[in-house]
Amino acid sequence: MKIQDFLDSSAIDNVKKALERAKSHSESGALISLTEERAMERAKLVDAGEISGRLKGVPFIVKDNFLAFGGPTTAASNMLKTFDAPVQATAVEKLEAEGAICIGKANLDAFAHGGSTENSAFGPTKNAVDDQRVAGGSSGGSAVSVALDIVPFALGSDTGGSIRQPASFNGVVGVKPTYGMVSRFGVVAMASSTDTIGCFATNAADADLIMEIMAGQDRRDMTTLTRSWQDSPSLSRKKVGVIRQFMADGIDADVKRATTDYVEKLKKLGYEVEDVDLDMAKYALAIYYIIVPAEVMSNLARYDGVHYGHRSESARTLVDLYGKSRDEGFELENKRRIMIGSFVLSSGFFDAYYLKAQKARALLINEFKQLFEQYDVLVGPVSPTPAFRLGENTADPIKMYLADVMTVPASIAGLPAMSIPAGVSSEGLPVGVQLIGNHHADHSLLMLAQEVEELA
Amino acid sequence: MTKFSLSDISHLATLSGLTLTDSEAEQLRSSLDSVIGYVGMLDELDVDGVEPVYQVTDLYNVHEDDEIIDDGVGRDQLLSLAPDSANGQIKVPKVL
Repeated sequence: MKIQDFLDSSAIDNVKKALERAKSHSESGALISLTEERAMERAKLVDAGEISGRLKGVPFIVKDNFLAFGGPTTAASNMLKTFDAPVQATAVEKLEAEGAICIGKANLDAFAHGGSTENSAFGPTKNAVDDQRVAGGSSGGSAVSVALDIVPFALGSDTGGSIRQPASFNGVVGVKPTYGMVSRFGVVAMASSTDTIGCFATNAADADLIMEIMAGQDRRDMTTLTRSWQDSPSLSRKKVGVIRQFMADGIDADVKRATTDYVEKLKKLGYEVEDVDLDMAKYALAIYYIIVPAEVMSNLARYDGVHYGHRSESARTLVDLYGKSRDEGFELENKRRIMIGSFVLSSGFFDAYYLKAQKARALLINEFKQLFEQYDVLVGPVSPTPAFRLGENTADPIKMYLADVMTVPASIAGLPAMSIPAGVSSEGLPVGVQLIGNHHADHSLLMLAQEVEELA
Repeated sequence: MTKFSLSDISHLATLSGLTLTDSEAEQLRSSLDSVIGYVGMLDELDVDGVEPVYQVTDLYNVHEDDEIIDDGVGRDQLLSLAPDSANGQIKVPKVL
């Protein structure tokens, strides 16, 4: 399913059919809600010629941590179960301005805390190919919506792999852009120094179009970059580095094979390939799980049962108000991350943990910088295995976090990274390959991916 | 290796603004042992003389024009989001 398939039909027709498809796949758990009424209203406006653009009448789905009109914005949490957003995310506004129509909100791990979409307060999302397996996360619902051909594209957020990993698990393209490329205004904040906004699509050209439309400076997010999406450094040296640490012995054989197969295709396009070392990769997960919980703890402090969101009915005092509202509203994983964050920021531990992690971060950033002085693209798998079974990793937080080892490095450094479908495992499960570029190489990476798609 | 006691967890819960149940406290005690144990591997690194990085863009003190933008979001709309309100104000349980 491609974007262009929708441009010549009536918007009302597109929306009706997308809604039907969504309803027919309800057991997948991909969607939390449908924004049916508003979608039909907007479809009428598009068909009447009042709204037009490059995405005229194209239906899409938005991860439910993006504020949007037409239904509640829940972040898949009881904390925001009935939250009626007063504004829309900039990313959504930009797509709507080009005629695209949001038909529903996708399931996610609550507050985007997770790598499987099993932490949702409203039930898990199942893998598009095997319903006994996870969709991946945290943008599981968005990935599955595209993989099941409900819509041609969907929005997600990627803080440590939350677009790339479900993209890999479901066989679709997933884009994590350069940090600052797309405005985060109106998206529920998770970790402010690594949060990025991206998309899922079935092919690189569509993903590129969506990203280009969403990208750009926004006065409502002061971390947005001024350089345009198209102004992307070319990959002119045609040198690719395969990250040795991502191809180590413990990694699933099918996963490694998908990367090596993809690399053969890059060679066909005239790329020179070498194995490279990212020594700091060993420490990336530790760096991530210190910095991110600290930032999460700060960003989730606003959910206090006072101004909006869940308020405990048994609160008799102000302390109860905060403590009970938060205990009732959050999932266990949210509390886990908040508590880790409190610890690493607390007096007596701040230097040994948080400060140390931010220094280690500088070392990782520097390693990438040096690699990009010689190589145009760094390549490796997205995750150590294909989609795991539902419930397989939920007992042990570290086991769940280890699925992120290959995605967190690019997040920590703010670099663009694309998850591109690269084959299937011996059990028929999708496996992606990860293309990591230097700052602002997003567009060039997707153009490369498109070239590979076009290879016979 | 850091081992968390229930009293440590209680302290962190206070810092976190969380009123945990006993079962949650125990689960989180175990999680923190595990996760903090894991991230302790950063002890292996020599970060002497390395400046910490807090953000990954080159942006510095980005200013906005002193211009009022009307998002069209009204007071009543915001009040409607509050769990309880009265007289145009958000209502909360007693403080003292």
